[in-house]
Amino acid sequence: MLEINDLHVYYGGIHAVKGISLSIPQGQIVTLIGANGAGKSSTVRAVAGLARNTRGSILLNKATILGRDPEEIVRAGIALSPEGRRILPHLTVEENLRLGAYARNDKPGITRDLEWVYSLFPRLRERLWQKGGTLSGGEQQMLAVGRALMSSPDLLMLDEPSLGLAPLLVREIFSIIRQINSQGKTVLLIEQNAFAALSISNYAYILETGKIALHGPGQELLHNPQVKEAYLGA
Amino acid sequence: MFDWLHSLYQTSALPGMNLSQLVQHGFNALTLGSLYGLIAIGYTMVYGILRLINFAHGDIFMLGAYFVFFTTVAFMPAGVACFFIAAAFYVIHGIVRGFRRRPPLPVLGLLLLFPVCGLYFTFLAPASFQLPWPLALITAIAAASFCGIVVDRIAYRPLRAAPRISALISAIGISFFIESLSVVLFTGLPRPVLQPDWLMTPMLLAEGSVRILPLSLVVPAITLVLVLGLLFIINRTKPGLAMRAISRDIETTRLMGVSVDKIIALTFALGSALAAASGIMWALRYPQIHPYMGITPGLKAFIAAVFGGIGSIHGAMIGGLILGAMEIIIIAVYPQLSGYRDAFAFTLLILILLFKPTGLMGAKLEDKI
Repeated sequence: MLEINDLHVYYGGIHAVKGISLSIPQGQIVTLIGANGAGKSSTVRAVAGLARNTRGSILLNKATILGRDPEEIVRAGIALSPEGRRILPHLTVEENLRLGAYARNDKPGITRDLEWVYSLFPRLRERLWQKGGTLSGGEQQMLAVGRALMSSPDLLMLDEPSLGLAPLLVREIFSIIRQINSQGKTVLLIEQNAFAALSISNYAYILETGKIALHGPGQELLHNPQVKEAYLGA
Repeated sequence: MFDWLHSLYQTSALPGMNLSQLVQHGFNALTLGSLYGLIAIGYTMVYGILRLINFAHGDIFMLGAYFVFFTTVAFMPAGVACFFIAAAFYVIHGIVRGFRRRPPLPVLGLLLLFPVCGLYFTFLAPASFQLPWPLALITAIAAASFCGIVVDRIAYRPLRAAPRISALISAIGISFFIESLSVVLFTGLPRPVLQPDWLMTPMLLAEGSVRILPLSLVVPAITLVLVLGLLFIINRTKPGLAMRAISRDIETTRLMGVSVDKIIALTFALGSALAAASGIMWALRYPQIHPYMGITPGLKAFIAAVFGGIGSIHGAMIGGLILGAMEIIIIAVYPQLSGYRDAFAFTLLILILLFKPTGLMGAKLEDKI
């Protein structure tokens, strides 16, 4: 459903992404893995319309989206839960979620999705009226994922959802990502936690200094000796 | 030991003050404070979102007063005002529904109807024609609100990605531009504003010992209604939610599908409407208007916004009320010092910036996570 061809992203004078091509088929979980500064975040920012200085092509269902504004891209069906969660600390949990649904006008659909998000993350329902800033790190991450889901995207992009979370919470987040995927959402996952990410991915790309170093089905990469050495610490 | 306090008391106007004067000073303070507060809210809203001091805000205040002068005294044909209404309708529709989409039939109808009415008022209606008060007020506020959107569109939006100092210089420039253009269009002559009799006939309370102008009751009442309306929009509506989100994190808010430029335009529209309302009431109270009338109230309202904590709407209103009260108290208690009333406000600004730059209600400057 999403095709990226020879994408270059320049970020403050740095050539962050140097011509990567990848494709994300409908209904799958695809992962980008790489060290800090490998160009993962720049890639998803370009897809979301946040990167201004770009070259190449990004097609969503064969329609080009590169160069369009973020607000249009959300309406086209791509949501990003950004790196560092970026929830709005002065708004309540419910307001954060409603903001996620800003682009929609179908009240019944919004109510249904709100219920769905609360069923995925029951802890958010308990904290409905709490300000986002008072949540714990794990709850903020849940809120960020839930907020991205509220735009009812076809493609959900998650930038490092496990960053800074306790191992138990990491497992919970990954199991929820799989649950979201099983309900028909295509997922593009950005991760440093290679083991957990590869285990749930259909396909994965490994980025090194702005280029794709390696790609293949998740299970295959999990057993690839190079990957084991560099990313899995085995 | 307290001789100096005693002599301070003796030189003040306090010993000779009676109840009536006290009550009048109280209402004067409330009125002036309300007017400052309404302007201050516009500064604080724009600052909250763009981190920009909109120096043209005082000029929107002035335009509001002029527009109501035109619509009531009918110096400028009311038709031109009608054109502004139609334009405002178009812009509001554009903000809500997108400029590319064709406006629905009622809006198109209004777009046609108003210029037709305008032509009639301009060329065919009797020269003494004036709009009825409610319509005149709404027209003037809508027109000033529209001007606020235009200021953002031409002076600030092209500079969104530029360093903040560029936008600040642009703000000062557009302010001078509006003032000079107003001198050209309206001439620099002070103009009288029509004061409806019922507002200016003193009411006698407490068996005639206390006299109050109805205006001093109407101004705080209208201010209260406007501020409650604004708080409703900000806290209970979807665009209000977007405004609160943008004030914290523009990029993330865009990711949620919010068209930031439209929300900023709405912010300018709301802030300008309040400033215009304030300008109109100011003109009713001090019925001489001229193109530079917005500078001093504008600067003082800016002080009020800083005092209350810039970025906070409650703070702006409270800052305005306190500043108005302090000014009236100084003048009432020491009439001989009334020449220093402006100096007093600016001294306050310097003191705030030195000792509590975040103001009364200002949030601590936190780093974004």
